[in-house]
Amino acid sequence: MNKLKRNVELLQGNEACVKGAILSGVRFFAGYPITPSSEIAEGMARLLPQIGGKFVQMEDEIASIAAVIGASIAGFKSLTATSGPGFSLKQENLGFAIISEIPCVIVNAQRGGPSTGLPTKPSQGDMMQARWGTHGDHSIIALAPSTVNEVLTLTIKAVNFSEKYRTPVILLLDEVIAHMREKVEIPAPEEVEVINRKKPTVPPEEYFPFKPDQNGIPPMANFGEGYRYHITGLIHNQKGLPTSNPQEIDSFIRRINNKIQENVKDIIIYEKYFLDDAKIALIACGSVARAAERTVKLAREEGLKVGLLKLLTIWPFPSEEVNRLAQQVDLIIVPEMNLGQMVLEVERASRGNCEVVSYSRVDGELINPIEILGKIQEEIKK
Amino acid sequence: MKTVINNYIREEMFPNIWCPGCGNGIVLGAIIRAIDDLKWDKNKIAMISGIGCSSRITGYVDFCTMNTTHGRALPFATGIKMANPNMKVVVVMGDGDCSAIGGNHFIHAARRNIDLTAIIINNMIYGMTGGQYSPLTPTKKFGTTAPYGNIDQSFDLVKLAKAAGASYVARGTVYHVRQLTSLIKKALNKKGFSVVEIISDCPISYGKMNKMRTVVDMLKWIKDMSVSKKAWEDLSPEEKKEKFVIGEFLDIDRPDYTELYSKVMEEAQKMGVSR
Ligand SMILES: Cc1ncc(C[n+]2csc(CCOP(=O)(O)OP(=O)(O)O)c2C)c(N)n1
Ligand code: SF4
Repeated sequence: MNKLKRNVELLQGNEACVKGAILSGVRFFAGYPITPSSEIAEGMARLLPQIGGKFVQMEDEIASIAAVIGASIAGFKSLTATSGPGFSLKQENLGFAIISEIPCVIVNAQRGGPSTGLPTKPSQGDMMQARWGTHGDHSIIALAPSTVNEVLTLTIKAVNFSEKYRTPVILLLDEVIAHMREKVEIPAPEEVEVINRKKPTVPPEEYFPFKPDQNGIPPMANFGEGYRYHITGLIHNQKGLPTSNPQEIDSFIRRINNKIQENVKDIIIYEKYFLDDAKIALIACGSVARAAERTVKLAREEGLKVGLLKLLTIWPFPSEEVNRLAQQVDLIIVPEMNLGQMVLEVERASRGNCEVVSYSRVDGELINPIEILGKIQEEIKK
Repeated sequence: MKTVINNYIREEMFPNIWCPGCGNGIVLGAIIRAIDDLKWDKNKIAMISGIGCSSRITGYVDFCTMNTTHGRALPFATGIKMANPNMKVVVVMGDGDCSAIGGNHFIHAARRNIDLTAIIINNMIYGMTGGQYSPLTPTKKFGTTAPYGNIDQSFDLVKLAKAAGASYVARGTVYHVRQLTSLIKKALNKKGFSVVEIISDCPISYGKMNKMRTVVDMLKWIKDMSVSKKAWEDLSPEEKKEKFVIGEFLDIDRPDYTELYSKVMEEAQKMGVSR
């Protein structure tokens, strides 16, 4: 008999996020209530203190991400969760986590926007905000699950990537994924791959806190462990001290971008459905990918050679895969619950190798399989 | 000449960016002397700041230091203290940093009574951005954005901190350095949220806008305007208006947030078996 304690539970997306976070070693959560993410805070408030972790409800989302970054530098894997308006507030300190290379995870359960928008309806309106919401040249990792099981596995991935690459990672849920219930197979703790930040191996007097290792990532000493150094949101040299030297500035900015861009092979995750012989491809993520998967089945029943590329990593964008696909198929359709954000990247990556069309819905309703099929038929007729 | 200060600074960061005669240097010295008196382990001290001339202080000291975003130093510090309650966490802010953009964080850190020491260098102006008025610029004084005189009412940080729930509240000045050092030392030693507001000089921005062109003019003004709590009580309402009352205003014992949270953890561990 399998000795591993692997439970199957009926979980809500937000609950699966809590489970995944705890399994990956998250021990600190700071947040501010907002629909549709609040169940993550509630779960953390209940579970973290039971296992030596800490929870604090802060005065706003700006303070929440600040506390999360603070706890991370003090050695705790940390996570915060929010939605639209709160995600907007987090952008400034998201930039701080990027420049200071402090691992943390920000969950954004997307709802309709702009502003207060549609608090209880799903959306994918924050795809570009996740990429470019904070100012300045930067790279980011953003993952988007489309099942409750994937919420669990991608939360673990998000925490692992943040530790491995010393970067904030964004987990993009949407209201449907956050609130729906599905069966989830909970892995036993010993089954879960957990990545921890690399610590310095040199003594404190030889430690350069921002000197990259061969992979471009500086080993990280937590505060309080005998390594004293400076962290700043100013561009800094390898000692962590502000610099105005053009060479140091240039190499710093390039390094914090390259450490992600050069590891796309490791970071990019996607799934293919019926793409081998496809002439028409759907590219989708999140709850829309669920509908698209169904569309593929319906289309195949009608004899149409349709397949799906389901993106689990949104940023960095899987340009190479999309480019390869564009060389194979005649048409790519990108259904999304926004006015066409991801489609821009698909167009860029396709480089004119096939036709790319957008299918948008912004009325707060889920895109359903039949309407995607309708779009396919309409395009075929053209 | 090497002094105790040299044991605590990052020499490669000097000369510092501050203007000659800026009060920030005096505060740096006072904080270091207070810490030296306490004989704290440097490895266990985190000094966190926001953005402004004053907030540059964290670059100069040899602790675990973090120069964060404008107004947000206290929530960063809250995360550090929660994660590692054994660290001594000191937060240095400017008046704009603490009371304008960071005002909400300030009252909430006080409300939680989390064991941090907040040191506010109050030069009554936005120094780094060139002399705009702040929430602590006195009424009728001038700033580059108050060219006709400031009509805003200023905050009294001492009252604000007391009302919001701090455990220790004091005000000192850069003119009264000995007293300042001992106020900082008491604040550092206090369990719970402790606050020291420091009346400081910015000859470049505040001085220039308010007809105090030299450092000496500014320090003399600070000296003349400062009164002890006792002397303050004998003043007429008119006289009180322009003065800075200095000394200790609150020193009470209340459980701090990390202590309360460790009780939550005990409770949760007793009750919780749910995964
Ligand atoms: C979000 C944000 N807004 C504005 C600024 C610009 N800024 C930099 S320092 C500063 C004011 C600093 O004044 P104060 O806190 O009083 O400190 P001082 O420079 O006087 O020591 C401002 C507004 C900023 N860095 N970030
Ligand atoms: S501008 Fe004012 S506060 Fe800033 S360094 Fe100069 S004197 Fe000090």
